[in-house]
Amino acid sequence: MALPALVLFALFALVPMAIVIYLSFTRWDGLGSPAWAGADNWREALTSDVTRHALWLTVKLMVFSWIVQTPISLLLGVFVAGKQRYRALFAVFYFVPLLISTAAIAVIFKNLLDPNFGLGAALKLPVLGQDWLGDPQLAFYAVVFVIAWQFVPFHTLLYQAGARQIPASLYEAASIDGAGRLAQFWHITLPQLRYTIVTSSTLMVVGSLTYFDLVFVLTGGGPGYATRILPLDMYITGFQSNEMGLASAISVVLVVAGLVVSLALVRFSGFSRMRSQQAGM
Amino acid sequence: MSAISHAPSTDSPGTPPRDEPPPAHPRRNPLSGLRRANPLGASGGLLWLVIVLVPVYWVVVTSLRTREGFFDANPLSVPSHPTLENYRQVLDNDFTHYLLNSTLVTVGATLLTVVVSFLAAYAIVRGTTRALRWAFSVFLLGLAIPLQATIIPVYYLIAKAQMYDTLGAIVLPSAAFAIPLTVIILVNFLRDIPDELYESMRADGAGHWRMLWSLALPLSRPALITVVIYDALNVWNGFLFPLILTQSPDKRTLPLFVWSFQGEFTINVPAILAAVVLSTLPILVLYVLGRRQLIGGLTAGFGK
Repeated sequence: MALPALVLFALFALVPMAIVIYLSFTRWDGLGSPAWAGADNWREALTSDVTRHALWLTVKLMVFSWIVQTPISLLLGVFVAGKQRYRALFAVFYFVPLLISTAAIAVIFKNLLDPNFGLGAALKLPVLGQDWLGDPQLAFYAVVFVIAWQFVPFHTLLYQAGARQIPASLYEAASIDGAGRLAQFWHITLPQLRYTIVTSSTLMVVGSLTYFDLVFVLTGGGPGYATRILPLDMYITGFQSNEMGLASAISVVLVVAGLVVSLALVRFSGFSRMRSQQAGM
Repeated sequence: MSAISHAPSTDSPGTPPRDEPPPAHPRRNPLSGLRRANPLGASGGLLWLVIVLVPVYWVVVTSLRTREGFFDANPLSVPSHPTLENYRQVLDNDFTHYLLNSTLVTVGATLLTVVVSFLAAYAIVRGTTRALRWAFSVFLLGLAIPLQATIIPVYYLIAKAQMYDTLGAIVLPSAAFAIPLTVIILVNFLRDIPDELYESMRADGAGHWRMLWSLALPLSRPALITVVIYDALNVWNGFLFPLILTQSPDKRTLPLFVWSFQGEFTINVPAILAAVVLSTLPILVLYVLGRRQLIGGLTAGFGK
């Protein structure tokens, strides 16, 4: 019974991994037949400044996304886990960005951040009215912000669900012992949320290897190479410059990055232990 | 499994929160540690609310402006002469065709994913062979494969299979990539069904298919709702597969339509934003109708 799922998954995820390794040793324009090229693509990919920069940007994006999104969604999640009515109302609206497609979000912010017609310029707020997407220094942070705007709601939901599972008795005991809000947050909420933090971080970090569509529509990788992250570098190389072989080599780098990061997270935090924790509950 | 269930409320009546009038019927809060007013949390929450809602509000009011109004008006003011002209323009651009494509792709991929994943999850939970344990590890590992990294070989396979530029070319890989997480969520849920239930059915002479159909399936309803919502949302909003595996405009899905529409109408921002609103509307309607299940479903899958 597991066969149909395995076959479908293998056909489009596992077999392609083998093919992409093969293609990385070929020269192929996407139309004709791939021709064997030896290690040419790999030599180029590993020495190319563009690809190295893209890899660096991807790591940077991963780190910044985590640093920005985790505290916000953790605090928001714990906050809306309370039961006052206004918090519930907050939670309703927090959810909205999850419903909008990535392409639409990118289109929205492309216009919203426009230096001439965007929100900042029109409101005459110089701080907001900068050329966010046109300035190589700023574009990266604009991307980090838009990603946070899109994904904080999802992680807030995770933390909200996690916070609601914390037994009330823990807080009561702490209150009797005279622990203040901060102490309770630090000594009860945070440790109790550790599995949620692991889940959320894993999804965030692996997810940051897949932010392709947002950056593609928002900045197209520019200005210059300022936001050309690895998946985008792969797309432009393969589907715009028609160098599928080189793009395949970049893909392999991407897969390796994904596996390394996931395995590191599993090792470091025990994603597999979570299963036994779930079984126990 | 449900993340919404929480510990029974045991808190004693305390001081009412300072930042709102005491309610007539004090609401009980299981998080007694968070019962007191939390002005810092509230202002932080409010700030994020503004960050979320201002762009959404701006999109809606701008989509109702005329082109001239867009350049003249304060971007956050209510349009003085609201118009639906932008919406008409979007609808004239074959919007309903893309809506239909998106619906077909989403229904097809979600159905395929959930059916095969449910069968796999059932086999993994009930089966004892080593191959099944191995299969589960494959799916766990599958979570780590970035979809972008396989797009070139997927494109190669789809082209070889003569499926390039068809809706099926979007359905199959979308379903394939949704399988790992779907299986994992369903496995975690099916594990909680007690063995005794299966045993008593077996005693009545039921085979695997009977148990799957009349025991596991009905009991898994909450988990199935979760994965259906999650997968459908992902496929509906998917961008990369339609971008690379289709070419002709009449095979486009809504996210691609929004993208190409803004490329074509760069200078007509209100029309672009009308396209954004229209493309979001179907899912927004579903959200309003089924908010509880949607949020419950999304969190239940990862709640613990």
